[in-house]
Amino acid sequence: MSEVSVLEAVRETLDEALGADDRVFLLGEDLETGGVFRATDGLAEKYPGRVLDTPLAESSIVGITIGAAHYGQRPIAEIQFADFIHAGFDQLCSEASRWSWRTRGEQYLPMVVRTPWGGGVHGGQHHSQSIEAYYAHMPGIKVVAPSFPADYRSLLKAAIADPNPVLFLEHKRTYRLIRQEVDGAPAEDRIGHSRITRTGDDLTVFAYGLMLHESLAAAEELAGDGIECTVVDLLTLNPLDQETILEAARATGKVLIVHEDTLTGGLGGEIAAIIAEQAFEDLDAPIRRVAGPDIPPMPFHEAMESFFMPDRAKIAAAARDLAAY
Amino acid sequence: MTASQTRVPRSSEMLHDYLLSEEQLESMYRYMLLSRRLEERMMTLNRQGRADFVIAGAGQEAAQVGAGMALKAGVDYAAPYYRDLGVMLVLGMTAREAMLNTLGKLDDPNSFGRQMTSHWGSVDRRVITQSSVVATQLVHAVGVALAAKMRNDPIVVFASCGEGSTSRGDFHEALNFAAIHKLPVIFFVENNGYAISVRTEKEMPVPHVADRASAYGIQSAVVDGLDAIAVYQTVRPAVDQSRRGGGPFLIEAKCFRMWAHSSDDDHRRYRPREELENWASRDPIALFRSRVEEDCLFPPEDLDAIESGVDVEVRAAEKWAFDQPDPVGEDALGFVYKDADDV
Repeated sequence: MSEVSVLEAVRETLDEALGADDRVFLLGEDLETGGVFRATDGLAEKYPGRVLDTPLAESSIVGITIGAAHYGQRPIAEIQFADFIHAGFDQLCSEASRWSWRTRGEQYLPMVVRTPWGGGVHGGQHHSQSIEAYYAHMPGIKVVAPSFPADYRSLLKAAIADPNPVLFLEHKRTYRLIRQEVDGAPAEDRIGHSRITRTGDDLTVFAYGLMLHESLAAAEELAGDGIECTVVDLLTLNPLDQETILEAARATGKVLIVHEDTLTGGLGGEIAAIIAEQAFEDLDAPIRRVAGPDIPPMPFHEAMESFFMPDRAKIAAAARDLAAY
Repeated sequence: MTASQTRVPRSSEMLHDYLLSEEQLESMYRYMLLSRRLEERMMTLNRQGRADFVIAGAGQEAAQVGAGMALKAGVDYAAPYYRDLGVMLVLGMTAREAMLNTLGKLDDPNSFGRQMTSHWGSVDRRVITQSSVVATQLVHAVGVALAAKMRNDPIVVFASCGEGSTSRGDFHEALNFAAIHKLPVIFFVENNGYAISVRTEKEMPVPHVADRASAYGIQSAVVDGLDAIAVYQTVRPAVDQSRRGGGPFLIEAKCFRMWAHSSDDDHRRYRPREELENWASRDPIALFRSRVEEDCLFPPEDLDAIESGVDVEVRAAEKWAFDQPDPVGEDALGFVYKDADDV
């Protein structure tokens, strides 16, 4: 049995991919010395010439990744913090997302962009953000945001094998916080599939990343009070797994969606719309969302950061209200 | 300020190696003329309400054809921009395909009617799919060159743009990265003096785009973009050097935009009258024709044969293209994601 952290799961998977396929290479800022989070520790020495430091210029990091993937390599880019990915937004939105569509699949991009996202690390405005909603809005880009180390391994492997651009989101607070015995643990290897992680009859919680762990902690606490939650680990944010979302919503008739991202325009709105359109008659209560408040994310001081971030207490409070509805 | 030093070898001995055969010179004329005649028909179709949009390279044919002929078609990669019909014809696009593209037909090999006119792309011809966003393609070219270098493939990547694109960050990021890794990329800037209506003096404080090369340690050259032979003799040695590991080049061709920015633009609103009236004296095709006649580059009677051949080809291509199927609404669906089983 081996217990690995999220960070170790990412590093081991990159190592394995580099070892298995000569076409795989890594590029990004500070990767040759292991990266600021150490996700590429030791890989530059082990795979000479295949772990590349780039200038601090995100548009070209993404654009060069596009070109290399177009040629047939399997590039994996790292954007050091998700907060800085927007300099590459044009390359992802205007180019990568529509490469296959505008050539009817004649040209395609087997590429991955990895990036650490999320709060809870006192990172202030530009080291804490949730950026998924901007990118999940783009048909043509797959957005993956696992929660457990075993899924990080299987889904990063799937992302590297995918012939499409995949934005692979790694919650930085969970890098070392979340550990798991990965042998025998459930591991989703299909992008586009969510998993019902816990079943209960009273309400259904949808979450991803750090919030999935907070939701599971809230569910555990609520169970002590006789409130049983179904918890769905979304895993892929685009395309959404509508089938599992609807199945889990119908199972309890009460839906709570949790994300760190700010409320308005967040992914919760899309999930709520899917359920409202297709499972309205199975609902027993209005859909609830627990999300960051609509202020520019995220304040630096611990008190304000905690105020901003959803957590197990806020989730449990919302869940109790919903269960009592 | 002076133009940055031309470091592409252009001594008489080197030029001798890059002399064009009579056959190549005839091709050069034919490609330039085919590009012009196609665009003239496209613009006429637009004015007749039969083609939605035209964005042309008229006036820039010498730069496009001269540069395109310096490449190994089907081997080298190209990331051209939307005015580069001349480049595309040299790389193998046919008049029929150009007309399919103009009409947005289902069988247009560039984008099957999904993109606006003149947004090129072709797997067979190694043309990287292009968008309307300028300068993004320069970075893609760098990525292709990086990948090819990793695999030790002896290819060159041709990345072209207008001078307007050189204001964007992607231009600078592309040059910087290509120079750091000594990648085989030919950055070819067709400087036609205008970014739609904005003149170069409001685009940049230096007289030549090529001046910017020194900031990135890139070899550069300025060439008369109205002279197809000079363009070829500048680009070809750069391509050869780059293929041998000599790193990237920035080549600026001084061009003249003959028409408005696009079929939706009226350049009389912002261009001096005398500039437009004097245009004929700067027509690269007319200049080439006079040179053929004066210097006897090839038998002058061949000029007429080429011209009548091109006219027939363009008319036939247009007629044929109109008979090809249009997409239906639902043809917009599909291929959002590449099917993993289709790789």
